[in-house]
Amino acid sequence: MGRYLAIRIGRAALTIVLVVTFAFVVLRLSGDPALMILGPEAPPEVLAAFRKAWGLDDPIWFQYLDYFGAIAKGELGRSMRDGRPAIELVLERIPATLALTLPAFALKVALGIPAGIYAALHRGSAIDRAVMMTAVAGFTVPSFVLALLLVLVFAVQLGWLPSGGQDSWRHAILPIATLSLGGAAVLARFTRSAMLEVLGQPYIRTASAKGVPWRKVVTSHALPNAAIPTVTILGFMVGTLIAGAVVVESVFAWPGVGRLLVVAVANRDLAVVQCILLLVALTMVTSNLVVDFLYGFLDPRLRAKGAHA
Amino acid sequence: MVTPLVNIQGLNVAFNGVPVLRGVDLTLEKGEAVGLVGESGSGKSVTWLAALGLLPRHASVSGSVRLDGREILGAPAGELDRVRGGRVAMIFQDPASALNPVLTIRKQLCEALALHRDLSGEAVKAEARQLLDLVGIPDAARRLEAYPHEFSGGQVQRIMIAMALAGNPDLLVADEPTTALDATIQAQILELLSSVRREMGMAMVLISHDLGVVAENCDRVAVMYAGRIVERAPANQLFADPVHPYAQGLIGALPPLDGPRRRLTAIPGTVPDPARMPSGCAFAPRCALAAEPCGLAVPSLAPIANDRVVACIRAEASRRALLGIAAE
Repeated sequence: MGRYLAIRIGRAALTIVLVVTFAFVVLRLSGDPALMILGPEAPPEVLAAFRKAWGLDDPIWFQYLDYFGAIAKGELGRSMRDGRPAIELVLERIPATLALTLPAFALKVALGIPAGIYAALHRGSAIDRAVMMTAVAGFTVPSFVLALLLVLVFAVQLGWLPSGGQDSWRHAILPIATLSLGGAAVLARFTRSAMLEVLGQPYIRTASAKGVPWRKVVTSHALPNAAIPTVTILGFMVGTLIAGAVVVESVFAWPGVGRLLVVAVANRDLAVVQCILLLVALTMVTSNLVVDFLYGFLDPRLRAKGAHA
Repeated sequence: MVTPLVNIQGLNVAFNGVPVLRGVDLTLEKGEAVGLVGESGSGKSVTWLAALGLLPRHASVSGSVRLDGREILGAPAGELDRVRGGRVAMIFQDPASALNPVLTIRKQLCEALALHRDLSGEAVKAEARQLLDLVGIPDAARRLEAYPHEFSGGQVQRIMIAMALAGNPDLLVADEPTTALDATIQAQILELLSSVRREMGMAMVLISHDLGVVAENCDRVAVMYAGRIVERAPANQLFADPVHPYAQGLIGALPPLDGPRRRLTAIPGTVPDPARMPSGCAFAPRCALAAEPCGLAVPSLAPIANDRVVACIRAEASRRALLGIAAE
């Protein structure tokens, strides 16, 4: 188990380094922050001074080493727009994002998993077909389309809810609904197919053949097995808690991390973008690590393999 | 007349409207071992899965299955749960996937014990250990905490047998219990099955396409073809003197262990598609003795001797043909 863990953690660290490197290079290749922030009419000497101040005139490998050196010291750089530490800018946006993504995550789980289980247990029934149709619609419709649809119906036509902003809890309803519907659909589909796969296994028949009541066959024999693939999807969803709402925050003018990212990218505010990407990579990788752990916990066969790996 | 342990009458099963079992009649006395033979898809397993209500919901089942005179076909779920594992236990072909991979052997074994015996706490564990001992799993106390993947195929089948014995059943249905195992392990499992059967006085249904296995382990044999029983006879008589042309074909395809060497015969053609059954006798298209009337009506099981029935209108001709071959 110790070795299994060490390998996983090593891989996780490598993933983070790769993400950060990629972001670093792409950002520097895709436009000049000096021009973006000061504008094309700025005098050349001002632009040059700006570049010098932020180290943008150094060779890219030098900037890169410099950047990693700073990260090692715990410094994530400052925003080129207002000079505040990037991490501060990002951290102050996180509560707003979590105010959307956490309830949305809870809703996805609360709707998606029971719907998937129910559909699997009543395969071919009208409810199964309804769940599956909703699920297919839910994850084929892009979130911005769904967001606009919801705005059209609930804000414009019915006038029940505000279409954007962050003034009250009512403003959070439409963004949360948008985020959770798609996720719940994905989760329902996965849970359903995981359940169907498990219900077709011979050990389910064995359990029935030894007289286990059906309800218990489902809860103590089928669900623990179906949990394994479902946990994978849940892991991805936890990974997107921080920055999974980029589109939705933009549509609903919600001042979270996602909006900050969009603005920072548009401005080539390098430190801020890098800081957000680092944070996203960290949450993604951590949640994947937790999922790997859970696999070992849920499936004794993997535990054995891990011990020998 | 004594009530038979199990009495199956006119059992029909259809999957999505396609009949796969077409009027199976079979009785089973207490303590006897009955073999069920036939090709894959002939309905051997389906007969018992249907009898115990273990088929998926899209299967439609009709007919009658009585256990000690009590109808269990379509019985309420609670009653069926008491029958399954308690009165009638079943073990399956592929031991590797027959146990739940994420639960320990102890959990799976104790679950069966808790369901069918008035045991609790330490007594359950002690009984589980005893069952593992009985089926020959060494170091039972420690092995109880292991998971299915930590055992070999033969050992898992032993555990399956232990689990089947947990409820002290009156009948054990063994569905191809040795097909997935090595020949040496096969023999050990069959030996184990017959020893526990003797010890506990259980009846057994042995479903197999291995005629040798059935001949050695069963008192009576029923031959199934295309969803019907075509011949039923005491095991020694069936193997010495099969009457139904299909049974003759099966036995003719076996190499004899003694006597002169002879050419093995094969049954021409293949099993008919259940959705496109020939009219009349389902075996007629493959039968060397088939005559015009064979295609007209489905022959019903008729007695030809004491405790022997056969569903063939050419039974007499078939018998003569067999004797003729023997006389040559």
